Amino acid sequence: MSGETIAVRVVAAEAITPTIKRLRMVARDGARLPPYSAGSHTVLTMASGERVIRNAYSLLGSTLAGGAYEVAVLRAPRSRGGSAFVHDHVGEGHELTLSVPINLFPLNRRARHHVLVAGGIGITPIGAMADELAKVNASFELHYAVRNEARGAFCGDLAGRYGERVRLYVSERQERLHVHDILMRQPLGTHLYVCGPEGMIGNVLADARALGWPETSLHAERFLAAAGGAPFALRLAKSGVATTVGEDQTLLEAIEAAGIEAPFSCRGGVCGECELPVVSADGEIDHRDHYLSAEEKAAGCKIMPCVSRLRGRELVLDL
Amino acid sequence: MTIPFKTETFRDDFTFSNSEAAIRRFPFPFDRDAYMYAVNIEQHMPGPAKSATEFPIDIDEHYVAEMADRDLVLKADPLRCQSLPHMMTAEWDLLELLMTSMARDYPEHFSLERSGREWHWINRPLGIDQRFTFEDPATLPLSPMEYITRQCQGDFCLLDQRDDNLWMDAGIVTTQADWSLDFDLGMNFIEWHGPVPLAHEIGVFERALKFLLNLQQGRPVRRLNWTMTINPRLDTSPENYHRWGIDRTTVTPDNVGDKVHLRVELQALWRLPRSNAIVFSIRCYLIKMRELVTQPKWARRLHRVLRDLPGELADYKGLTNYRETTVAWLSKYDDGAPTSPGFHPD
Ligand code: HEM
Repeated sequence: MSGETIAVRVVAAEAITPTIKRLRMVARDGARLPPYSAGSHTVLTMASGERVIRNAYSLLGSTLAGGAYEVAVLRAPRSRGGSAFVHDHVGEGHELTLSVPINLFPLNRRARHHVLVAGGIGITPIGAMADELAKVNASFELHYAVRNEARGAFCGDLAGRYGERVRLYVSERQERLHVHDILMRQPLGTHLYVCGPEGMIGNVLADARALGWPETSLHAERFLAAAGGAPFALRLAKSGVATTVGEDQTLLEAIEAAGIEAPFSCRGGVCGECELPVVSADGEIDHRDHYLSAEEKAAGCKIMPCVSRLRGRELVLDL
Repeated sequence: MTIPFKTETFRDDFTFSNSEAAIRRFPFPFDRDAYMYAVNIEQHMPGPAKSATEFPIDIDEHYVAEMADRDLVLKADPLRCQSLPHMMTAEWDLLELLMTSMARDYPEHFSLERSGREWHWINRPLGIDQRFTFEDPATLPLSPMEYITRQCQGDFCLLDQRDDNLWMDAGIVTTQADWSLDFDLGMNFIEWHGPVPLAHEIGVFERALKFLLNLQQGRPVRRLNWTMTINPRLDTSPENYHRWGIDRTTVTPDNVGDKVHLRVELQALWRLPRSNAIVFSIRCYLIKMRELVTQPKWARRLHRVLRDLPGELADYKGLTNYRETTVAWLSKYDDGAPTSPGFHPD
């Protein structure tokens, strides 16, 4: 594991909607967990039989200053095992390992006003932001789009806590979130934060850009749930290891399963920590990360193994 | 172990000196006989017992005198301590980091009791006993950053992280090697490093910044930087250049041993938990040439480093006036014997 880890025990596990499970965790040794800033995530390590699963989840709430950590896990329809494992096997008393919190989706503390936009489970970091902004009396508004109220996690909580500052959009009631209209009426110095499905993030950012918003005022949590793909052969040149990357395994997981230690942090294609040099690729590299530049991707000399893979026969890495 | 704090000055009569123990623990910055800029960043792991890196925050025999000097600087120039409004959370993070480290590592001098948000801090060397409420600025006599850094050796900068850059948005800087917080406040990593020669060209700052943006909680890092100072003066600021600049012309072959000081900065960086800011500490150590040459390896090595230093670096560091005189003086302590690798004296 790269970075500091914390051994935790689940002290509460609750289905807050039919597809979302909330876990509350404390340190096994009773020590206080470090506080964190809104937008932080942690990487959960779970042992499923022989297999080690690692998934990144946003931390709920913020600055609990020594309290417990909470995450909300959506059962992904095409789960490679992580979210299904949490839903089917993780309950009170279960022991897990966490990375220390890392923030790749921080608030801009100099903003005059904050517009928070969440879709579905994207509410997890966005809700934490609302928490923190309310605590320091900063100006914000929260727009939350859900399919129906029963499935929208925390709808009631949020409305209760932030009242007027929260708007809910329930698509089953034909309520549409018109980001364009919201952005139109914002004062200069406003920052926008969005987390939700890829398509939604794309639309929101496109609206903002069309209205001339500067890039530095736009923030998106672009966590990718690493998806699988066709299997391929993997050779690690320095360690002399040959293995296969399975259909529902990531490249990084295959490297770890072969007993080779590799650096990582977000496991979602954004932080850049796991970058590895490519020796050769018999096939086409399927770059799925948000870290490498377009030129770097085209050059094919580097790969982010937490999300990217090969469409082809064999990949050789300098590891 | 109780540290015997010295009574000494860093101005006027300059009574500062190092004890033998302080000389042995001096963080000598050269691990070979030559020097060039590099991304010299390493994990801030505990070093050997009694060394300057044994604990994350190093308190030594100069503590009380340095804090008195800081007070004089701030009285004359309050702009040495500044903080933009959005840095308040980072200030509390810093206060927590310093109080918990100092109380844990120097329990005979400092103690901290915490009961929820109610904290009780005792600083015995400075005679301070303070109860306050964490995150309630009204319960402290000063802002959290100024309050705690007036009780901790080293300058501190608080860096806000945004737009894939670090911004110097708060700090207390009273023991600096010729740069100004008032000037740099609000600048970003690349901007405030603007004056440094050569390093930009070899990509040092680009790589260092990329690394720091990913700095993790609980994994602090450190690096050493160095320059030289005439007389043991802590406050070599641009603001006071008229007071100390002239000192550089006063070095003669007879006074090198006492006047010329190697000035080493042990710089450490921590990711702060609540604010996601980074704190950069600049802990300054001074050693006289006369003290330094008591370690034969250091004497040989400094002679060679200084003799062969690229001219741009010597100019930037302000050594040009007295470099030759100092190299000549040090040459008496260099018999040409090989030096062992690493920082430590033989
Ligand atoms: C983020 C925290 C840092 C802060 C606040 C900081 C600040 C500064 C400042 C104010 C200067 C003086 C520039 C001047 O002449 O006005 C300086 C010099 C310099 N910094 Fe940094 N720095 C930081 C991190 C680093 C890191 C990580 C490196 C790593 C390579 C670095 C390398 C240098 C070098 C090589 C110099 C020239 C020093 C000399 O020759 O005396 N800095 N820095």
